[in-house]
Amino acid sequence: MALLDYFLGQKKKKSANVAKDRLQILLAHERSARHSPSYLPKMREEILQVIAKYVDIDPEQLSLSVDEANGVDVLELNLVLPD
Amino acid sequence: MSKVVVVTSGKGGVGKTTTSASISTGLALKGYKVAVIDFDVGLRNLDLIMGCERRVVYDFVNVVQGEASLKQALIKDKRVPSLFILAASQTRDKDALTKEGVGKVIEDLKADGFDYIVCDSPAGIEKGAQLALYFADEAIIVTNPEVSSVRDSDRILGILQAKSKRAEEGEDPIVEHLVITRYNPARVEAGEMLSVDDVIDLLSVPFLGVIPESEQVLNASNSGLPVILETESDAAEAYEDVVARFLGEEREQRFLTEEKKGLFKKLFGR
Repeated sequence: MALLDYFLGQKKKKSANVAKDRLQILLAHERSARHSPSYLPKMREEILQVIAKYVDIDPEQLSLSVDEANGVDVLELNLVLPD
Repeated sequence: MSKVVVVTSGKGGVGKTTTSASISTGLALKGYKVAVIDFDVGLRNLDLIMGCERRVVYDFVNVVQGEASLKQALIKDKRVPSLFILAASQTRDKDALTKEGVGKVIEDLKADGFDYIVCDSPAGIEKGAQLALYFADEAIIVTNPEVSSVRDSDRILGILQAKSKRAEEGEDPIVEHLVITRYNPARVEAGEMLSVDDVIDLLSVPFLGVIPESEQVLNASNSGLPVILETESDAAEAYEDVVARFLGEEREQRFLTEEKKGLFKKLFGR
């Protein structure tokens, strides 16, 4: 098996690369959360409740973020509506 | 001009105290007057790593609370003349330290002519860790090439940039430095460990150097000797390089690749 792994296993990703990929995603996520206002999670919940009154949505599908563009804070809300 | 340097990491067990002991010793060996303060109230260990555990009479909390003078509490190192240790309290609880009290001790140390005041932070992001970094001018982030350590270092970087005195008062930010400890080049080459470049990429902090995984670190702590004084060991040379680079000297990076074993060594071991 070890010999077979040697020939076939080249495609298997090294664990250090897996670690780096996971950290890149996680750190980007945690950094953006760090800079966003503290009311954001609660506001997200409340917006979800309002939308859920009218449309059947998956809560995971709502993304809410505050970005800065050209010196103006922009509140961005993204929601995929079901078919 | 005295400088306050915090040695911090977020995660525990990555080598903060080992690094604090060696860097403060290294700075003192260069002729600077150095005080190293243990901020881990209740779990003091710097005294043990530096081999002065039996000489602690008064501690940091005694000074903060006005029960002892700074002069009484500073322990003069027996090996390096210009090095002084301020132990943490082992019996008091964490709330014994206050921002005002710590600030006063640091001001007094500056007035006493200390060039470097090294703050050995406790693990975590609670009060002790926040106080250790609050007054810092420079920070040494100690990280292992391992996922949880890198994540926690990133977290502590966020706190350095937001909750320090410099951040609150809108001064120049704390100067950050990265030290990667327990580095194993063979495992990096095998793709089993994050490389120096990976960690620098992820954290984007200027890099001082690696401390290779070494048996000498345990040997040194067993005998209460800062590992930088364990001459002829890789860890000591690596810390010596780190201190020199911290002081602005250009030195080529070492210990990043595995030492190639010759045929003789391969055949006859070691």
